[in-house]
Amino acid sequence: MNQSSHAPAVEQHAHRDDIGAKMGMWLFLFTELLLFGGMFLMYAYYRFQYPDQFKIAAMELSTSMGTLNTIILLTSSLTVAIAITALRKGNRFLALLNLFVTIVFALAFMVNKLFEWSAKISHGIYPGSEDILNKPNGEILFYGLYYVMTGLHGLHVIIGVVILSFMFVFIYKGSVNKDNFMKLENSGLYWHLVDLIWIFLFPLFYLIH
Amino acid sequence: MANGTVALEEKSFYEESTNKYSGILSWLLTTDHKRIGLLYLVTICAFFIVGVILGILMRLELIAPGPTIMEAQTYNTLFTLHGVIMIFLFIIPGLPAIFGNFFLPLQIGAKDVAFPRLNLLSWYIYVIGAILVLISLFLPGGPIDTGWTFYIPYSVRSTTNVSLAIFAAFVLGFSSILTGLNFITTVHRMRAPGMGWFRMPLFIWSIYSTAWIQIIATPVIGITILLVIMERAFGVGIFDPALGGDPILYQHLFWIYSHPAVYIMVLPAMGVVSEIIPTFARRTIFGYKAIAFSSLAIAFVGYLVWAHHMFTSGISDTARWIFSLLTFIVALPSGVKVFNWVATMYKGSIDPKPPFLWVMSFIVLFSIGGLTGLVLGSLATDIHLHDTYFVVAHFHYVMFGGTGTIFFGALFYWFPKMFGKMYSIKWANISVALFFIAFNMLYFPKFIMGYMGMPRRYFDYLPEFTNLQVISTVGSWLMGITMIIIFANLIYSVKKGKKSPENPWGGVTLEWHTASPPPLENFHEIPTVTHEPYDFSQLEEMKHESK
Repeated sequence: MNQSSHAPAVEQHAHRDDIGAKMGMWLFLFTELLLFGGMFLMYAYYRFQYPDQFKIAAMELSTSMGTLNTIILLTSSLTVAIAITALRKGNRFLALLNLFVTIVFALAFMVNKLFEWSAKISHGIYPGSEDILNKPNGEILFYGLYYVMTGLHGLHVIIGVVILSFMFVFIYKGSVNKDNFMKLENSGLYWHLVDLIWIFLFPLFYLIH
Repeated sequence: MANGTVALEEKSFYEESTNKYSGILSWLLTTDHKRIGLLYLVTICAFFIVGVILGILMRLELIAPGPTIMEAQTYNTLFTLHGVIMIFLFIIPGLPAIFGNFFLPLQIGAKDVAFPRLNLLSWYIYVIGAILVLISLFLPGGPIDTGWTFYIPYSVRSTTNVSLAIFAAFVLGFSSILTGLNFITTVHRMRAPGMGWFRMPLFIWSIYSTAWIQIIATPVIGITILLVIMERAFGVGIFDPALGGDPILYQHLFWIYSHPAVYIMVLPAMGVVSEIIPTFARRTIFGYKAIAFSSLAIAFVGYLVWAHHMFTSGISDTARWIFSLLTFIVALPSGVKVFNWVATMYKGSIDPKPPFLWVMSFIVLFSIGGLTGLVLGSLATDIHLHDTYFVVAHFHYVMFGGTGTIFFGALFYWFPKMFGKMYSIKWANISVALFFIAFNMLYFPKFIMGYMGMPRRYFDYLPEFTNLQVISTVGSWLMGITMIIIFANLIYSVKKGKKSPENPWGGVTLEWHTASPPPLENFHEIPTVTHEPYDFSQLEEMKHESK
């Protein structure tokens, strides 16, 4: 119980427990890791079964696009961290600015992803297409996993954009502030997770040839 | 409840709401853990009744060989829906979401759970999942017919509404995860002063272990379900052997969740048993720490035994004997619990009230279920019994005889606390006795039929099984009558029952230290815990407290 909290007594029923809030967020992130863990397990299993075909399929992906997206996402993790620290130190403007930059980076990531996917799709490489069904099994599975895993990750990026946009509004309105920044910190944690997942996806799909 | 002699501040949570609304909205928008527990109680019981009716219809079909009241396809959808509803809508959320919600904060001396609004959201997600199941029944394509395990490749080829129905399971899993996350945080952060980890009631230990399984296992079924939907929608190929995928991988991923889910179902029941026995034997629990740690041990080892569902799927011999060994090991902590419960009763001053009778019924039925689990866990016998009625009998003994029995045990134990009313003890006793007879009539013949080779999920059978099938069907009617008696007794008592004393059973855990039904924030002031959880020397003090 947080008996020493100085939360204003506007809502009597609501109690504030920052450590508890953070613990809940970590538990949630843990479930996210396990969700992707299931996918990594499948990736490992099929890579082990079809090592050569995975290699050939991976050559088709653009390493430079992947690298660009990795840089974008890593930098956005930095900016969200700066935003949190800025808010804690009371610099609301810097926090808003960095949060805005984070959202822009996230959108840039998605635009990049969109180009990448549409290029693949225009070449007839997507699940169930005629071209892909003529390829050997290992390549079909590689692209199946590629679309599912990067797609699921992309969905998390979009959710992240929505959450960070809400945080932007909350900071702007002042309900998330210097003394009450747990929501922003938890959103930051989520954003770092999205980044972390990508750091594993990137080598698995783009780098291991 | 408007009792003039009691001070004005003694308003129960029924009379005081967390929001500004009154009537139905004050319930639908509530963040009070007790009201949310009751919301779950109503919705879960509704689906339980639907599941029971489906079960009775299936039994009726099986009263004679050949089509009796339905065709094979209808039977296929019935056993699928019976499984989906009973597992995802009744037994997984059952004890944690109803009794966990209501009693977790009460038993640790907190005002509410750690995230009250998230708690309400979990209920809404549950309702959305349930509605999706219902919608999937009526859309063109027809209700899902794959069995509740959704095994590949049939679940990809079936033309019924598989995608929507399993998406519902995904949504329900999300509700389960959020509840688990909420409970873990609550146990860590909200215990009353003086309540160290080893002063927590054992129900809390079991809910805590359950919550961990909910968090660790549920995401795996989430991703598996999403992949089946992808497979159906786009033909990704991950589970399709024609494209290089592996259907056995699906079975692994499915059971990585669904075996631990068995412990999500049964652990809270074991926790309730550990509450009821000391209260009615007037004796502190025997081996408190052993029971507490055996819950954690079950949660941990239970995560590593999944492939015992797959002994005949063609996995390697090495994998089979390792999983068989682990299966035997996971039986040990359950055995520890059973022995501790029995030892608690030894030399106790036993008061055989209905909740205690439910527990007796539980110990017998659960032990039969557990021991027949070992028959299935050993490789040689499993080859013979796999996918027969023996398996059906086994898991109904564990799930319905175990968790289902304790669902009623918990309801009868905490009913006076939840509603402030008392039910008819006589009718409660009759319902326990009828339940025990009906249960064994309904399911014991299935052990014999399974041993003789009757496969599960068949809507037809050879004439020599007729007698046993008829006994089982008559048992299902008796079970239906028992359910009517139970619910009639409880619903009548909520409306017209006598007012219950504050502490009808003489329990000493914290929920009995407050009014029945409890006030909005549970305690007038947060209690300080000075006793072990089952220290009955408190009873005298408590009598003075309430004066």
